[in-house]
Amino acid sequence: MQFGILVNEGPYNHQASDSAYLFARTAIEKGHKVPRVFFYHDGVNNSTRMGEPPQDDRNVTARWSKLAEEHGIDLVVCVAAALRRGIKDELLAPGFRISGLGQLVEMGIQYDRLVTFGD
Amino acid sequence: MSDMDMEDDGSGIVKKFMFLNRKAPHGTVYALEGLEVVLITAAFDQDVSLVFTDDGVYQLMKGIDTKGIEVKDFSKTYRALEGYDIEKLYVDKTSMDARGLTEEDLIVDVTVLSDDEMKNLMEEQDVVISF
Repeated sequence: MQFGILVNEGPYNHQASDSAYLFARTAIEKGHKVPRVFFYHDGVNNSTRMGEPPQDDRNVTARWSKLAEEHGIDLVVCVAAALRRGIKDELLAPGFRISGLGQLVEMGIQYDRLVTFGD
Repeated sequence: MSDMDMEDDGSGIVKKFMFLNRKAPHGTVYALEGLEVVLITAAFDQDVSLVFTDDGVYQLMKGIDTKGIEVKDFSKTYRALEGYDIEKLYVDKTSMDARGLTEEDLIVDVTVLSDDEMKNLMEEQDVVISF
């Protein structure tokens, strides 16, 4: 099955991005496909490479980048939500790209399931 | 017609999208940014339904004035939805009753649904996105 994932909350403040990551990783392990993850609202804050969490904590952004590289996941950050919050191309971690909301709608149209993580 | 009407994912597939608006219009950004997704989805010629439930029913209230909190008042957008061919607006009776609201308190025409009717409408959908 093809899953699209929508992440609506920022890292660390909220569990949404962690849960989305664990869901995506597990779905792939079980033989499903996760072609794209879309980041909206404060979820766009997951995309910046400027974050430096303490050594003894997980790095939410780096984890997404690694999963994307290993499995060819398209990590898309909403342009309007990103601009509003100061997220720019030059700040993006590997694997992330900025694009429009059409990329979110496409997931709903083309994939078998769209799963939302957030409040 | 705006250039948004030209959007197309190339597949020609039309799915039933339901947007579940659950939050008050102000206090968090969900209602404002959620509305953006609704407009884009309509531009992709999808079958769009909007549901207002829980505090989401406050999004449609008459007389919203945001001057005091110095944020943008986007409530006019709800009245413009018809121009995007978004005509299926639903509110949930339980949420309206709990807040002492009636249809006369709202800025647009809506269909009021019981819990059972809402459940049936949700079951018909292909995609449900909740804000």
